[in-house]
Amino acid sequence: MDVISQLQRQFIDYTSSLYREGYVDDQFSQLQKLQDESNPDFVVEVVSLFFDDCQKLVQNMAQALEQQNVDFKQVDSHVHQLKGSSSSVGASRVKNACIAFRTFCEAQNREGCLRCLQQVNQEYSVLKNKLQQLFRLEQQITAAGGSIPMVE
Amino acid sequence: MEFSCVTSSSSKPHVLAVDDNLVDRKLVEMLLKKSSCKVTTAENGLRALEYLGLVDEQENSLESNESKVSMVITDYCMPGMTGYELLKKIKESSTTKGVPVVVMSSENIPTRINKCLEEGAQMFMLKPLKPSDVQKLTCNLVN
Repeated sequence: MDVISQLQRQFIDYTSSLYREGYVDDQFSQLQKLQDESNPDFVVEVVSLFFDDCQKLVQNMAQALEQQNVDFKQVDSHVHQLKGSSSSVGASRVKNACIAFRTFCEAQNREGCLRCLQQVNQEYSVLKNKLQQLFRLEQQITAAGGSIPMVE
Repeated sequence: MEFSCVTSSSSKPHVLAVDDNLVDRKLVEMLLKKSSCKVTTAENGLRALEYLGLVDEQENSLESNESKVSMVITDYCMPGMTGYELLKKIKESSTTKGVPVVVMSSENIPTRINKCLEEGAQMFMLKPLKPSDVQKLTCNLVN
C-alpha cells in the first residue's frame, strides 16, 4: 500500500472508532459534509470555536460553583449553552455529560455538580485531543496529495 | 443529497440569522449559504432589530435593511430578548410583519412551540439544524 492509501486507511479507522466509541455522532458528519472547496477549513473552524466556548463555559461554571451561595440557575444556564453547542458539533459525550449535569443543577446538588463539571472537563479534553489527531491525519493526507475519504 | 431550487444570483434570498451562541451562528450561516442564501448574522435580538431598522422607529429610508430581508431565523433561548420577544416585535411592526420568522430551539416544549406559532412564526425547528431542514425553508423563499 502506498503512503496515501495507508494514511487514508488510518483516517477511516480512526474516524470510525470516534463514532463507535460515541465521541462524535451523526451531527459531526453533517459538519464534514458542509465543508467544500470554498470553505475548506469549515470543520476545523467550527470545532475550534466549540473548544474555545467549552473552555470559557467550564471556567464560568467552576467560578459559579465556588461561590458561598451557589446560583444554580446561573450554573444551569452555562451548562445549557454547552449542551447546545456540543449538540451542534456532534460532540456526543460532552453533550451527555451536560445532560447529567443539568439534573444536578435542578436538584441544587453542589457535590453532584462538581463531579459533573469534572466529567465535562475530561470529556472535552479527550475529544480535543482526538479531533486534533484527526485533523493532523487529514493534513498528512492532503500534504501527500491524497483526498480525504468520506466516512459514513 | 441533491436538491435544486432555481435561483438567479440577483435574487438570492437574504436571511437574518439570530443566535447568541457563536458555534450555532457559524453553523446556521453555513447551512444557509449552502442553500444559496445571502446571510447576515446577529448575536442578539437587539442587534437584529437594529438591522431591521426597528429600534428608533426610523422612517423607511433608502438604506433600510428590512426590505432586503426575506426571512429571519432566530434562536429561542437568548439572554435579554428571547426569540419569542423578537418574533413579537417583528410582527408588530408594519414594515416587517410580512417577513417570515422561523424560531429554533434545542428544546422540544409544546407550549413554547405553540406560543411561537400563535404569534405568527412561520415554523419552529429543533436544533441542531440539518441541511434538509434549511433547504425546506429556503426553497419557499425563491420567487
